[in-house]
Amino acid sequence: MRTEAVPGALLEISGLKTHFFTEDGVVKAVDGVDLTVYQNRTICILGESGCGKSIMARSILRIVDAPGRITDGRILYRAADGREIDLATARQGSAQLRQIRGQDIAMIFQEPMTSLGPIQKIGKQIVETILLHRKVSKAEAKEEAIEMLDRVGIPDPRQRFEAYPFELSGGMRQRAMIAMALSCQPRLLIADEPTTALDVTTQAQILDLIAELKEEFAMAVMLITHDLGVVAEVAEDVAVMYMGRVVEEGDVYAIFENPQHPYTRALMASVPRIGVTKSGRLPAIKGMVPHPLARPSGCPFRTRCDSAMPGVCDTSVPDLVPAGDSRTACFLFSDATGNG
Amino acid sequence: MDETILKVRDLDMHFAVGTSLFGKPKSTMTAVDGVSFDVRRGETFGVVGESGSGKTTLGRCIMRILQPARGSIEFRGKDEDPVDLTGNNSERLSQVWRDIRMIFQDPQSSLNPRLPVIEIVGQCLRKSEKLGGQALADRVAMLLKQVGMRPEVLHRYPGAFSGGQRQRIGIARALATNPQLVVADEAVSALDVSIQAQTLNLMQDLQEQFDLTYIFIAHDLAVVEHICDTVAVMYLGQFVERASKTTLFKNPQHPYTRALLSAVPVPDPRARQGKRRRLAPRESSTEKTACRFAPRCPHATDICKTQAPPRKRIGDTDVLCHFAGEI
Repeated sequence: MRTEAVPGALLEISGLKTHFFTEDGVVKAVDGVDLTVYQNRTICILGESGCGKSIMARSILRIVDAPGRITDGRILYRAADGREIDLATARQGSAQLRQIRGQDIAMIFQEPMTSLGPIQKIGKQIVETILLHRKVSKAEAKEEAIEMLDRVGIPDPRQRFEAYPFELSGGMRQRAMIAMALSCQPRLLIADEPTTALDVTTQAQILDLIAELKEEFAMAVMLITHDLGVVAEVAEDVAVMYMGRVVEEGDVYAIFENPQHPYTRALMASVPRIGVTKSGRLPAIKGMVPHPLARPSGCPFRTRCDSAMPGVCDTSVPDLVPAGDSRTACFLFSDATGNG
Repeated sequence: MDETILKVRDLDMHFAVGTSLFGKPKSTMTAVDGVSFDVRRGETFGVVGESGSGKTTLGRCIMRILQPARGSIEFRGKDEDPVDLTGNNSERLSQVWRDIRMIFQDPQSSLNPRLPVIEIVGQCLRKSEKLGGQALADRVAMLLKQVGMRPEVLHRYPGAFSGGQRQRIGIARALATNPQLVVADEAVSALDVSIQAQTLNLMQDLQEQFDLTYIFIAHDLAVVEHICDTVAVMYLGQFVERASKTTLFKNPQHPYTRALLSAVPVPDPRARQGKRRRLAPRESSTEKTACRFAPRCPHATDICKTQAPPRKRIGDTDVLCHFAGEI
C-alpha cells in the first residue's frame, strides 16, 4: 500500500474493499483495489461483467446501494485548493461530500434513460445541477445550460432545453447526460459504459466528444468499459480488473503491446479483430468467472489460468508488482512470500 | 457447395405506427424494404446493421414470427421440395420448423424461467418425435454434452446458470430437431468477451459437425468478419451492400459500409486516427429521400434525393448506390 503522495495524482485509491452483505453471504465485489487517477489523463477500467468495475466507481462517489458498503481502504481525493479528503470515510450526506459529488467529480451512466428524470425537461434538470453547486441566478443558469447543450452537439439547444428525455434518441440523451455532468466543470468525469447501449457510429461520436471536452475542460476521465476497442481508442492509462481486484495496470501501449498478466493476455487474444483475425477458432479463456460467493482461494484468476502453479497461486493473493512495462498482480512475476 | 438453401425475394415488412380510435393506422413504418438474397447451404450469412436497420425484423420474417407484407421466402431442405415460408401450407410448414431454428439474443428472456432444462430443450422433441421418459432425458443429455454442458443439469432451472451457459442451453434447444438452417439473432452480443469467444467457437464446431447453415444477425462487425462467409449490410430496411466477407471488409463500396467500418474502435492504440470524419447523427425527422442514406452521406447529390439508387454489381459485390464504383 502506498502512503507517500504521488505528484499529479487526483485520486489515490488504496486497499479499497466494498462488500455486499447479502442473506446468502458476503459478496466481495471490490476486494483490495489500488488505483491512481492522474490529473488531465484518461484512465480506462477494463473488465468483464461482475468484475467490480462499476462498484469501484460508485464507491468513489459513495453511491453504493445497500447492502453494500465500503469496509476498508482509502479513496484520497486531492481538491483544487490542495486539501486531501478521504472519500471512503467522509460522512454520508456531509456538505463536503455533497460538494465534491457532482461539482468536482461527476458521473455518467450506461443507460441515460434511467439516470435522467423521466418527467422533467432536460433543461430543468441541468439548471438544477448548476443552481445546486454554483452561485448564479436562474436566468444565468438557463443560459449556461443552453450553452452546454450546444457544446455537446445537440442541435437547436434552445428548443431542446424544453424537451423531455423520452423525446431524444439514445445518442442525444447521452449527450444531454454529458452536458449535465459537465455543467459544473468537474475535475474528474467518471463514465460508466457510456457507449455500450449505442450504435457504433453514435459511439464514435460520443467518444470523440468526451475526448474533446476532456481537453477543453482540462479534466481527468475515468472510463469504465468491457470493450477493448474503446479502451484502445481513448485511454492513456489502463487498469484491468478481475473479480474485484486490479490485476494489471499501465499505460495503454504497455497493456496492448506487452500485456503481462495471463488474464490480460488471454483477453487480448480472445477478441476478433477486423482484418487481422483468421477464421477458425478464437483462443478463448477456459471456464467462466467463479460465482461471487465461491471465490477461489489465493489468486482469483487461478481457476481459469493456463499458467496456474499449484501450491503457489492457491495460497495467497498476489500484489501488483512491476513487470514488463506495467504493474501486474501475478506470481509469475513475484514470489508468494510477498518480497516482490 | 453452391446449393441454395434459402431464397428470399422482394421481402417487405411494415409496422403500423399509432392507431386512431378505430384501430386504423395513422402511418406505417417500413422495417424491411425489398430485400432479396440467397443463402447457400453450409455457409454463414451475416446481416449487420445498427439498431433500427430492420435486421431483427428480417430474421423474424424468416422464422414467420412476423408475417411479411410482401415477397417470398423459399426454403429448400435437403432432399425436399422447396416450400414458401410465407405461404399457408400449415402441414408442410410445421415440418419445416424442425429444419429451421432460431437462437435469440437475450438468454435471460428467451428461456422460460419456470421450466427445467430438460423441458426447455426437450419440449419440441416430445411433440415432434413423441419422445418421453428416459429416452427424452438421454437425448437432452446428449444435446447438452454437445454444447459443452454437463448432463447433470437436466433438472435445473435457467436461474441457476450464467449468461454464457444460458446461451448454450438456447443453442442446445435450437439443435434438438437436427435443423439445417439456424437463424442466430445477436447470439453473442450479450456475452462477455471471454464467453463470446467460447460461444463463437462452439457455433463453428457445431456447424462443421452437423453441416449447419447460419444466418448470423449482429451489429458487431469484428464478430461478423470472424464467423461469416457472406455479409449483407442493412440500413433502414434495405441491403445497401452484400459481398463475400473478404471483399466487403477489404474493399467496401457503399459509403455507409465505409462509415460503419471506420467507426468501429480498433483494439490497437497505435491505430488511433485522432479525430476522424464522423457520420452526422441520424435525424429523427422522417425526411424520406430516394436513397435512404442520402441525408447522412458525404457524397450525396441531388440525384440521391430524387431517384432511387440502382443495384449495381462490382466484382462480387452487390451495392445500392448511384455512385458505386466512382467514389
